[in-house]
Amino acid sequence: MPLLTVNNLRAYFHTRNGVVRAVDDVSFEIEKGDMLGIVGESGSGKSVTCYSLMGLVPQPPGRIESGSAVFDGKTDLLKCSTNDLNQIRGKHMAMVFQDPMTSLNPYMRIEDQLIEPLLIHGVCGRAEAVKRGLHALEEVGVPDAAKRIRSYPHEFSGGMRQRVMIAMALITKPELLIADEPTTAVDVTVQAQILELIKKMQNELGMAVIWVTHDLGVVAGFCRRVLVMYAGRILESAPTEDLFYRTKHPYTRALQRSIPSLQPKGAELYTIAGAPPDLSKRIEGCPFAPRCEFAQERCGQPPIELKTVEPGHATACVRMQSSEISI
Amino acid sequence: MLRFIAKRFLETIPVLFVIVTLTFFMVRLAPGGPFTTEKSIPPEIQKKLEAYYGLNKPLYHQYLDYIGNLLKGDLGPSFKYATWSVNELIWSAFPVSLELGCYALAIALILGLGAGVIASLRQNSAADHMSMSLAMIGICVPTFVMGPLLILVFGLGLGWVNASGWDSARDRILPALTLGFVYAAYIARLTRGGMLEILNQDFIRTAHAKGAPPIRIIFKHALKGGLLPVVAFLGPAIADIITGSFVVETIFQIPGLGRFFVTAAFNRDYTMVLGTVLFYAVLIIACNLAVDIVQVWLNPKLRFE
Amino acid sequence: MQETFTAQTQNAAPLSEAEAGTSLWRDAWHRLKKNKMAVASAVILAALSLASVLAPWIAPYSYEEQNLALRAVPPQSGHWLGTDALGRDQLTRLLYGGRVSLMVGIVATGVALLIGVTYGATSGFFGGKVDMAMMRIVDIIYALPFTIFVILLMVFFGRDIRLLFVAIGAVEWLTMARIVRGQVQSLKKQEFIEAARALGLRRRRIIFLHMIPNVLGPIIVYATLTVPAVMLLEAFLSFLGLGVQPPMSSWGLMIKDGADRMEECPWLLIAPGVTLAVTLFCLNFLGDGLRDALDVRASKD
Repeated sequence: MPLLTVNNLRAYFHTRNGVVRAVDDVSFEIEKGDMLGIVGESGSGKSVTCYSLMGLVPQPPGRIESGSAVFDGKTDLLKCSTNDLNQIRGKHMAMVFQDPMTSLNPYMRIEDQLIEPLLIHGVCGRAEAVKRGLHALEEVGVPDAAKRIRSYPHEFSGGMRQRVMIAMALITKPELLIADEPTTAVDVTVQAQILELIKKMQNELGMAVIWVTHDLGVVAGFCRRVLVMYAGRILESAPTEDLFYRTKHPYTRALQRSIPSLQPKGAELYTIAGAPPDLSKRIEGCPFAPRCEFAQERCGQPPIELKTVEPGHATACVRMQSSEISI
Repeated sequence: MLRFIAKRFLETIPVLFVIVTLTFFMVRLAPGGPFTTEKSIPPEIQKKLEAYYGLNKPLYHQYLDYIGNLLKGDLGPSFKYATWSVNELIWSAFPVSLELGCYALAIALILGLGAGVIASLRQNSAADHMSMSLAMIGICVPTFVMGPLLILVFGLGLGWVNASGWDSARDRILPALTLGFVYAAYIARLTRGGMLEILNQDFIRTAHAKGAPPIRIIFKHALKGGLLPVVAFLGPAIADIITGSFVVETIFQIPGLGRFFVTAAFNRDYTMVLGTVLFYAVLIIACNLAVDIVQVWLNPKLRFE
Repeated sequence: MQETFTAQTQNAAPLSEAEAGTSLWRDAWHRLKKNKMAVASAVILAALSLASVLAPWIAPYSYEEQNLALRAVPPQSGHWLGTDALGRDQLTRLLYGGRVSLMVGIVATGVALLIGVTYGATSGFFGGKVDMAMMRIVDIIYALPFTIFVILLMVFFGRDIRLLFVAIGAVEWLTMARIVRGQVQSLKKQEFIEAARALGLRRRRIIFLHMIPNVLGPIIVYATLTVPAVMLLEAFLSFLGLGVQPPMSSWGLMIKDGADRMEECPWLLIAPGVTLAVTLFCLNFLGDGLRDALDVRASKD
């Protein structure tokens, strides 16, 4: 049975300028121990999807319009009470955020924040929690952990803080870790270290990981399956290797083409023309159509749905679905 | 931390010096003197009085004398109340003001913090709008309007308390409320603002992600940062409570130091004025120091400057 | 490859109106207009100001005219707000009192603005040791019981109303200086200033088109909030007998008279008290509204 089943998730923001459809009908599953990547540009809805699962979407102005997210076959994260949600998050489901500079409480010592999940969920007493916290810090590679655990966040560098965030998320040995662009805000050298760290922890704990990123390279090195999101929808879902070598969506192909290091020297850099659509306006048909080189009239007509075209490989491109084109 | 306190202590000495000097010369250079407002005194007696109080010595001599006495802790005799020294007057009047001030501060903190926290948690709800409107009223109705109005309604109208005086315990209520309500209003607004700002920060989101229940989030995560603006406000507010007490003590006929000060100012009672100003200055500086210490304790980032 | 690229750009969707954006001031104006309390406050203030300014023409009596036959009468026809112990018409005194309060508000705030903005801008602009020294001075003065000094000043150096304006203004400039200095300092470091420089804009253009609009915002907000503080201080001093002197009237004086004779003539207290409170109320609401409107980051939606 899948660890998490998300069905038809819709999260909209009701703003002064209209209703922004940040997540518009997203469905996916993740099994125990699986490593899923969610890829997309800024504004594609990948972060809001994660926030919806963790109950972190600010309501108002946000609202979960519809859908279900069943965790461990028992609780629907989108419909349960805050109490029930608090039993799960921090204990069975944890999240690492993008910006380590602002995600830690500057007024609390590292130690207090680090062991907090253990205390909240009554896993053990304070003395034992401190021991585990120390161990966790050492595991994530914070040097001189015994002394530094009593410091405040502003005494740590960005990379160190991100390690603390990871230690904090994993201290209760959750079944699912959601990592929302954890390497975006840190140096490149640190990025590799963080990646290795999460890989190692995932191996040891056997937990499932959802890795949200805009960087295809990270996905290639880590995830087993990938979802490609655009304008609040999933455009393609495939095993990693298939996604890279046998992609079945023009958007994914365009993304791959945009990687600067893969382009011929001296030529003008490839960019996808145009801009992502305005999410406050209703989008008819495929959201990528205005920018797609293969777009035809029927791409602008609903319904546009994910359809499996090969085992484990689904695409939302109607032309690919009817094998009219090949990429 | 100790170094911080010592450093601040040293900084206050020149400040006090400036205050003493300024007040001394301001008072002496003003037109008129302590004896000119009385019914005219025969000149020989005036000369004798001046000699007795040392007023006929050159100015700088008087100044040095005063500083000398000051270092011995002696604030001099009162010019108006012939048998009393300034020390004695302050000593008898200050406890009254202190009591009033403490009650007012207590009201301000309890009402203000409570209303502010609740308002921030229920942003844009009826409770929020109501408490903020009430706070606005508190800020806009001055103490010297609210005091008489309260007396009118509760003292003269309903007869629940005496209109003035400081004798029974019930006499404390209206003055403390009048003085404290304004500060409750400011504190409520500041708390609400501070809490809202904190509650919108990323690290509160992290706390939610850890499964922390709402009460824990308020008390363990938000309050320390959210209270910062309030603590910063308290420093100067204490000075204001002191000046506010002048008005409240006048309205309610309370024998506190504030009323003495105003009377002394009118009567050109040099030593009394000087002594009171100095006393207040020391008090305010001490309170500011205490407030700064609390601020550093609340906000660890300040410790490393 | 290149042809496809150009063709693709030409087919790209044009930027929608939402992406075109609005200027800071227009956005602020729009937000201010939506704030009904702020608009109502502005209207009430305008009405009060107008009435005060026109006092000499619309007041039924002169402010010192005493009608000993009609001493201390409650509101009635001919004297809509009653008379005080000397038979002076309260409505007239209220209107004239408004003039004093208005003048104090504007002049004293002006003084505070002038000193504060200059001081703060200089300190923030120069930075370094100059800044540190100047702010030290502000810190020291801030810790002093300034109001007490003003009281002393008023007691000893005369009851000239002009001194009153300057003294009150001198109390309020400190916070203005701090705010302006903070703004200038943070502006200097802002990335958009560096960006402007990187784009090669001339310094004058940077200062006028980029820095000043950002400093103006908090200055306007704070000036609007200083006016009620100033009016309050004037009323406070007058209440203690240290501000405006009779026979001139000020709301503070009227409140004092009213408080003294509260038992027999409550109307003497209520009219000026309510008027002062309402004025302060409106000023504060307007200031708050301005602050919300001009704060780019504080969008509640």
